Amino acid sequence: VSRSVCDYFFEAQERASEAENVPPVIPTPHHYLLSVYRHKIFFVAVIQSEVPPLFVIEFLHRVVDTFQDYFGVCSEVMIKDNVVVVYEVLEEMLDNGFPLATESNILKELIKPPTILRTVVNTITGSTNVGDQLPTGQLSVVPWRRTGVKYTNNEAYFDVIEEIDAIIDKSGSTITAEIQGVIDACVKLTGMPDLTLSFMNPRLLDDVSFHPCVRFKRWESERILSFIPPDGNFRLLSYHVSAQNLVAIPVYVKHNISFRDSSSLGRFEITVGPKQTMGKTVEGVMVTSQMPKSVLNMTLTPSQGTHIFDPVTKLLSWDVGKINPQKLPSLKGSVSLQAGTSKPDENPTINLQFKIQQLAISGLKVNRLDMYGEKYKPFKGIKYMTKAGKFQVRT
Amino acid sequence: MSGNGLSYSEQGAEAAADLGQEAAPTTGPSAPVAFGLFSSDTKKNEDLKQMLESSKDSAKLDAMKRIVGMIAKGKNASELFPAVVKNVASKNIEIKKLVYVYLMRYAEEQQDLALLSISTFQRALKDPNQLIRASALRVLSSIRVPIIVPIMMLAIKEACSDLSPYVRKNAAHAIQKLYSLDPEQKEMLIEVIEKLLKDRSTLVAGSVVMAFEEVCPDRIDLIHKNYRKLCHLLVDVEEWGQVVIIHMLTRYARTQFVSPWKDDEVVEEYSENNFYESDEEQKEKDQKVKNTYTMDPDHRLLLRNTKPLLQSRNAAVVMAVAQLYWHLAPKSEASIVAKSLVRLLRSNREVQYIVLQNIATMSIQRKGMFEPYLKSFYVRSTDPTMIKTLKLEILTNLANEANISTLLREFQTYVRSQDKQFAAATIQAIGRCATNITEVTDTCLNGLVCLLSNRDEIVVAESVVVIKKLLQTQPAHHCEIIKHMAKLLDNITVPVARASILWLIGEYCERVPKIAPDVLRKTAKSFTNEDDLVKLQILNLGAKLYLTNSKQTKLLTQYVLNLGKYDQSYDIRDRTRFIRQLIVPNEKSGALSKYAKKIFLAQKPAPLLESPFKDRDHFQLGTLSHTLNSRASGYLELSDWPEVAPDPSVRDVDVAESAKEWTGNLDKTKKEKPTEKFYSESEEEEDESASTSASESESGSESEKQDEEEGSSVDTSGSSTSSEESSDSESDSKESTAKKTSRAANESVSENIKKKAKDTSKKRNTSNSSDTESTPSEKSSSDSKSESDSKSDSESEKSVSATSTKKEEKQVHDKKASNKQDVFLLDLDDFYPVTTPVAAPTAAVLSTSLTADLEGLCLSNSSVIDVTTQVAVPTKTHELLHRMSGKGLAAHYHFSRQPSIFGDGMVSVQVTVTNTTDQKIENIHIEEKKLPPGMRMHDFNPIECLEPAGSITVPMGIDFCDSTQMASFQLCTKDGRFNVTIQPPVGELLLPVTMSEKDFKKEQGMLIGMNETSATIAVALQNSTRHVIIERVVKAANLGIVPSGQDNIHRFAAKTAHSGSLVLVTVELKESSTAQLVINTEKTVIGSVLLRELKPVLSQG
Repeated sequence: VSRSVCDYFFEAQERASEAENVPPVIPTPHHYLLSVYRHKIFFVAVIQSEVPPLFVIEFLHRVVDTFQDYFGVCSEVMIKDNVVVVYEVLEEMLDNGFPLATESNILKELIKPPTILRTVVNTITGSTNVGDQLPTGQLSVVPWRRTGVKYTNNEAYFDVIEEIDAIIDKSGSTITAEIQGVIDACVKLTGMPDLTLSFMNPRLLDDVSFHPCVRFKRWESERILSFIPPDGNFRLLSYHVSAQNLVAIPVYVKHNISFRDSSSLGRFEITVGPKQTMGKTVEGVMVTSQMPKSVLNMTLTPSQGTHIFDPVTKLLSWDVGKINPQKLPSLKGSVSLQAGTSKPDENPTINLQFKIQQLAISGLKVNRLDMYGEKYKPFKGIKYMTKAGKFQVRT
Repeated sequence: MSGNGLSYSEQGAEAAADLGQEAAPTTGPSAPVAFGLFSSDTKKNEDLKQMLESSKDSAKLDAMKRIVGMIAKGKNASELFPAVVKNVASKNIEIKKLVYVYLMRYAEEQQDLALLSISTFQRALKDPNQLIRASALRVLSSIRVPIIVPIMMLAIKEACSDLSPYVRKNAAHAIQKLYSLDPEQKEMLIEVIEKLLKDRSTLVAGSVVMAFEEVCPDRIDLIHKNYRKLCHLLVDVEEWGQVVIIHMLTRYARTQFVSPWKDDEVVEEYSENNFYESDEEQKEKDQKVKNTYTMDPDHRLLLRNTKPLLQSRNAAVVMAVAQLYWHLAPKSEASIVAKSLVRLLRSNREVQYIVLQNIATMSIQRKGMFEPYLKSFYVRSTDPTMIKTLKLEILTNLANEANISTLLREFQTYVRSQDKQFAAATIQAIGRCATNITEVTDTCLNGLVCLLSNRDEIVVAESVVVIKKLLQTQPAHHCEIIKHMAKLLDNITVPVARASILWLIGEYCERVPKIAPDVLRKTAKSFTNEDDLVKLQILNLGAKLYLTNSKQTKLLTQYVLNLGKYDQSYDIRDRTRFIRQLIVPNEKSGALSKYAKKIFLAQKPAPLLESPFKDRDHFQLGTLSHTLNSRASGYLELSDWPEVAPDPSVRDVDVAESAKEWTGNLDKTKKEKPTEKFYSESEEEEDESASTSASESESGSESEKQDEEEGSSVDTSGSSTSSEESSDSESDSKESTAKKTSRAANESVSENIKKKAKDTSKKRNTSNSSDTESTPSEKSSSDSKSESDSKSDSESEKSVSATSTKKEEKQVHDKKASNKQDVFLLDLDDFYPVTTPVAAPTAAVLSTSLTADLEGLCLSNSSVIDVTTQVAVPTKTHELLHRMSGKGLAAHYHFSRQPSIFGDGMVSVQVTVTNTTDQKIENIHIEEKKLPPGMRMHDFNPIECLEPAGSITVPMGIDFCDSTQMASFQLCTKDGRFNVTIQPPVGELLLPVTMSEKDFKKEQGMLIGMNETSATIAVALQNSTRHVIIERVVKAANLGIVPSGQDNIHRFAAKTAHSGSLVLVTVELKESSTAQLVINTEKTVIGSVLLRELKPVLSQG
């Protein structure tokens, strides 16, 4: 495959006004280009014949995840600097177009990730960062875990993170709302521990998807998560609490945005307040809004936090911080429009981000965590958090 | 699957994409820079070369890193090839890895030099570390050099019986690579695939199915026996493998099971369209099939085993299961996938895009499936446009009377979107809803009319177009709207919209008699400035008005027609001429003008507003073709359901048969390499290992016990079989096989199965014997009886030794296994080559190998062999054409090891053709030889006629040019042509040479260095006798024995058939049962291949 196939991609890229609009699948006379866009980089795969597109896309995402895992950030500079490692990793991940090893646990055993310390050691001792050991995991029944793991502090942390996706309409009523949750785990346990995790209210989980380590049969029969965990950080499961259950929306937004036909000035006013938070404080509140193209500038004064309006991208962002229920944060001011243009026919939508610690908005609770197969007593910890996912308020 | 070198292009693209973001003209500056640096580049290469040649690993590593960097930047680093290749044997793993990367990139360009590295890989293939074996195989198969195809083939064959599943997995990958390099190897590869399909390891399953899809997707018969195993293993296979297997099984199930939809179709509310059959047909069938349909248990098994995979974190797996359910499950069950698909919408934009496309197709056919998730498809302002459009599409598909009001409210928000493209799409969606749901048509129309006063031109234009379409469906009461639109004409500039308005006015000019002429007047004024599309409509309008209201508009129309006559566009000129002829009465006008009014003002059918996804349903969901809505290369059509299910029993793996097969197989393998095979099988998979080895020895031990304790029953079966056998010299060994078979079967299962086993074993034996009879030519060619005797002796000796090894093993496992027996036997069927469902072909396959092993006693009577010891050289018979694929014509060939009578350089091949049909086969001859350059072939004389059950052996000669490339040709009969291939083992490319020890040493002295390949092998003590070594070496290759002065050194000499280069083989026995094997020859490739073939021959126990 010659490099020139990429030209088709650049063409498509130029045609698309925004990076996001580049189609993921581009047919060319002899090949098909499948791309993913992450971290402001396009990753393109060239394929020659029929193949499930998701197969390729999912793989590309996995590649990006691996890079991120290896280098901390997945940026253009990082890839250029580590081109050798990148090649080595890709070499292990793919054989003739078929994915080989995609678990980062195994890859790290094969090719050790570069760290400053190791670079120093390597230059002194002349050793390599390619593991000479056979990745035991790949051949065993639990391909995701390597053998011979040892820790002095044995600990297992689980983060239950829930995200609320919601669309709120002009009048403040909820159009759709659903909860997407994940349980991310950080397990640092010696040996081959076998863990079980049970919930107080497993019925809540409507649709779940597991890390391959979870034994599906036990979930089906007992609603218990039973698994031999991979070493380190991993996503144990992600779940979905359906829209049928009523979702408590923890914040509300009062807004008053108006443009007048005659003058080039408009009014802008937003207030954010808590609602159904179960006594917890709402933190990390961030309001962003994409203004219409005709907006020239905004003069606003926030009662709290800082705000930025980028006149090029027309993006307004207001970093609110914590919400104090006694003194609701608000942002007031005026909008100046380009002279001569008619008023925009749609008010901008407001995107909201926030965090609530120690609360799982769906009410999910972990009952207990047990460990079998090893003798020591691990330290266990569980954290809950609720975040805004795609939380939009139409105005 | 995806193109080779995916990783590279990916890299390249990525790097390039980065550049593309920084500065648009990427290639512009970089190209001249590279050119300018050219001189310094070569200098740099010099010092890279020096670094590569330095003794320090760190310097080499540094150099390799820089070279890889060069590759990444797209610079040509090929001139460093020789320097890099030298490092292929480096001890440092990182250097090695980078050299591999380099090799794969440039080997195809520098084929000759790449060959230098081959021997390193061949050595690595024997490495005790499975990781190294695997990576050697990977790289070897990635070097795309046609010359090494035979080496690759050998390596793959070897690797697919490797003990490590990881190596076997890589073998499966190598199959695809070899196939893309040389499609000629297909037949052989299919054999390997067949073997690997039987593998029980979850590691292998995914890769081998991938290879299957690539090489022989149509050989669905290979799947039958493995179907259930695959279903069971599916959950444990790694995720990428799952995707491939599920897609394969979908296709499989579509050919093997009857449709589960027949029942539902009547009940199902939304299935107004039948997928693949016409309505009437379906109805008829419904009458018949209704309530009689029961799902095949295997079909159910597949659905049940794939369901948990909906929970996978891998979107591709979920999609694969979804499409499987969509295509295979009864409609009532298919809806469970909806939830999982909706879940996928949370992930990345690319995944969303593909999933939404698939949902769009699904939602057209079965609305009910996604209705509960309607709100999940609501559009967010942050979605990219393509996602928005797809969501809108789905929402439109899902619209029905119940939810239309909420939907329309939602649509109203979208129309005001800043994204105008999306707003326009929304208007179209409203239009579609309006036509589909009659209750809301008026509401929609009113809404759209309101939009006409929108300030945005695109929105207005789009609404005009949609209104036009809507009005067409019910024009009766909408004069007002038409009037309104006529007023708008002054403001709208978008051509499509203007054209639409003009068309509307023209079409309904009788309803707006006052406005129409006025509009024509206005447009006539601006005619010259209009778009072509609008001009055409002006002409149309004029014509229609002329016909209905000629008084007012005659002049105007003529004016317009005149303008049109001199227009730049030929389309418009044509149209003008046509209209003029048609409507303006003159003396020449024919009969047509009378009908002008009818022609122009005919009732036009209303357009159907359809989903653009309507026509996608003929593609399998989740495929690339579906995404693109065009056939991608390599797309495999999903077949229709069969009318009647094919025999489900083909998937049955009969317990008795398998037991029999298994023991038979065991015996056979034992005879070949007892110990090695034994372990390799017992270590198939970790959790399986105990059971396998146990059961393996179990049956042996049990049979032993039975022999002692209740020998009577066994004896009957044993004797009954033996009585039916031809009392040959070989009957001994065969009998023992048969006995063991029936014993194993006997003890493994209860009475009734015992009978079956007997039957089958009988069957097999008879076919064996018939086969023996059918190849008398082979036997007659064997020179002396005494030799064949000695041969059979040695055979039986071996089997005895095999049994003894078995005995030792069995004592260990005996007790452990006895209580689990049944379970094991069930497992076994997947484990062992259970060839084909019917008994007959089984026998045939077995018999070929048996003939090879036992019967072919043809001696090479080359005069050159200095027969100091009695050596029997059996001829290995290879299959040329199987009787199943040859429509009853079977052909085998063997190398007679005689100098060819047809010419120098040729290897003589004896082809035995057998007629297994009950009719005569006439005119058997050879056609269409496809030989690699340089190869020659001398055909056999055409066989005029072959009687039923007759068989004939004919000689032919092939000059293989000292390569192991295949000779392919067509074997033709009067009625058929069959593609066949002959591939010579390297040992058959040689002709033995006599020479003295002194000459040998002299010649050997001249063939050192590059021309020498050697290996150290382990040789068991009992094999180190002169007799055994000579027998084995000569059996494997056509070598002449050189008399030797020392007891521990054995020498063999031969020359290649084509070029006459000497090939000298030395086996030197060392202490502690190792031996040094040295081959000296100018033909290094032959040398290394020969070395590899001889190694196992000598080292086996």
